[in-house]
Amino acid sequence: MGFSRDLRPHSRRGLRSYMHEHSNGQSGMNRAALFRLPSLSLRFIPVWRRNFLVWRKLAIPSILGNLADPAFYMLGMGYGLGGLLPEVGGVPYLTFLAAGTVCYSTMNSATFEVLYSGFSRMHVQKTWEAILNAPLTLDDVLLGELVWAVSKSLLSGVAILAIVWALGLAGLGQTLWLLPLIILIGFCFAGMGLVMNALSPNYDFFMYYFTLVITPMVLLCGVFYPVDQLPSWLQTVSAWLPLTHAISLARPLVQGGEPQHILAHVSALLAYGSIGYYIALVLTRRRLLK
Amino acid sequence: MPLLNIKGLRKSYGALEVVAGIDIAVNAGECFGLLGPNGAGKTTTLRLALGLTAPDSGTISLFDLPVPGKAREARIRVGVVPQMDNLDPDFTVRENLMAYGRYFGLKDAETARRIPALLEFAGLEHRADARIDALSGGMKRRLTLARALVNDPDLIFLDEPTTGLDPQARHMIWQRLRELINQGKTLVLTTHFMEEAERLCDRLCIMDRGKIIATGSPRALIEQHIEPEVLEVVGEEVDAWAEQYGRGLCQRLEKTGEMLFCYTRDSRALLEHLKSQSSLRYLHRPASLEDVFLKLTGKELRD
Repeated sequence: MGFSRDLRPHSRRGLRSYMHEHSNGQSGMNRAALFRLPSLSLRFIPVWRRNFLVWRKLAIPSILGNLADPAFYMLGMGYGLGGLLPEVGGVPYLTFLAAGTVCYSTMNSATFEVLYSGFSRMHVQKTWEAILNAPLTLDDVLLGELVWAVSKSLLSGVAILAIVWALGLAGLGQTLWLLPLIILIGFCFAGMGLVMNALSPNYDFFMYYFTLVITPMVLLCGVFYPVDQLPSWLQTVSAWLPLTHAISLARPLVQGGEPQHILAHVSALLAYGSIGYYIALVLTRRRLLK
Repeated sequence: MPLLNIKGLRKSYGALEVVAGIDIAVNAGECFGLLGPNGAGKTTTLRLALGLTAPDSGTISLFDLPVPGKAREARIRVGVVPQMDNLDPDFTVRENLMAYGRYFGLKDAETARRIPALLEFAGLEHRADARIDALSGGMKRRLTLARALVNDPDLIFLDEPTTGLDPQARHMIWQRLRELINQGKTLVLTTHFMEEAERLCDRLCIMDRGKIIATGSPRALIEQHIEPEVLEVVGEEVDAWAEQYGRGLCQRLEKTGEMLFCYTRDSRALLEHLKSQSSLRYLHRPASLEDVFLKLTGKELRD
């Protein structure tokens, strides 16, 4: 016993596995399995339902958190700041703010869900691991998370919309098109956020995303003021951000008009969401199925 | 036909070959153990068998289905007890079982019908509505075991089922695993507790550095690799004694830390001699799986 016995096989093994590794091309999943397009199956439903049942237990603080923050922003700034302004974009400031707040509240809700809550389930509680031991695949789990985040953000968007209705800022009929739009916004930001979830080593990592992606969007995409107030280079940046596309569709709907360039805006939101979701799926496969 | 059939399985992470060409066949109704030190490749082997990661080479079939290709379908008949508890902390005991049943496509009514028996099996009849953080470590483990049975699986994988439990809790798990074996379930368990392997497994293989270095029943492995009797000797002058007398009185000597292990087929002369050595203390016992394990994997500490 002792060193000689321990060391010799070790170094030999090292060389052999090195050669094996390189003759084989790669370790982990093969490329086809890694980059396969998302499989869409109704098996996502029990995953969605699990999240829904947990949410139901904590619904009141959750709804408050989702609703109160954007609602106070909208009401406080709408009345407070709005009183100082004649009109913004041709309507009272509160009405102007309403469309932005619906979009921004939806974005925030979807983002928080896939970042913090999703990361808890994936990394901290290992809930996904437990599910993957059952006859479900990672594609099912991620689809469940995506649809869940969309559902939760729909609730947040509708909550703001309910305030808009209650205050008589917009009629019910003209704003019904906002419902599919809210779903689309939720999809867009859930898909994007899942990429961060897949990459994150810990909760602190999400600060980068909020500081570098979400906050600029809140400030540059026309939530609080029209984008044309910005210098042209910032307007160019803004045009690339998905929240701008969301608000471009939402604002005319709230104000009773018809949005311009519908196809372009819808395509932009769909593209951000689906490309994000696909990248997230590949990265999550690499992370968990290695 | 074996329920689980693994041939020529290999898996590397970077330059490290974690599973280095293994063959395993687990037959229906047996309890099969994967025994090995930390880092031997036991958990990776289980993950490969469940189709949670793809092998670099080799074939796996589970219930005659190719893995990972049809792993999802194969897992319908499988239960898994993972190394780390991953119960849902936001759910009660009962809700955990309900949610897990849904992942198997069970109707809620069906899962609800199964829950009383599962709770009884886990000894948690009175804890059905308890939150998970109110359970002890042993209770959580038993619930994890009950959760793995929600689909009434034919084959159950257990990854170090008793690691981190106190002796009472460990015995309760062993008792339940024996019940499952008696019911005719097939068990595949990883462990580094020799006692666990010796008590439960019909057959086991010893894994080290990704390879299987021995396979057989616990008794056969002991008979095949180790002299039947062991004397563990300690004392200040044990080294000198070993050179002068010990080596001549037994078949094989091994030193681990302060402890000298004397392996012998006939201990009488050795015992007689040790009685006269007042500076040495000794323990006489039959050889166990642990001796086989240490002989085959070496006695150095592994991290």
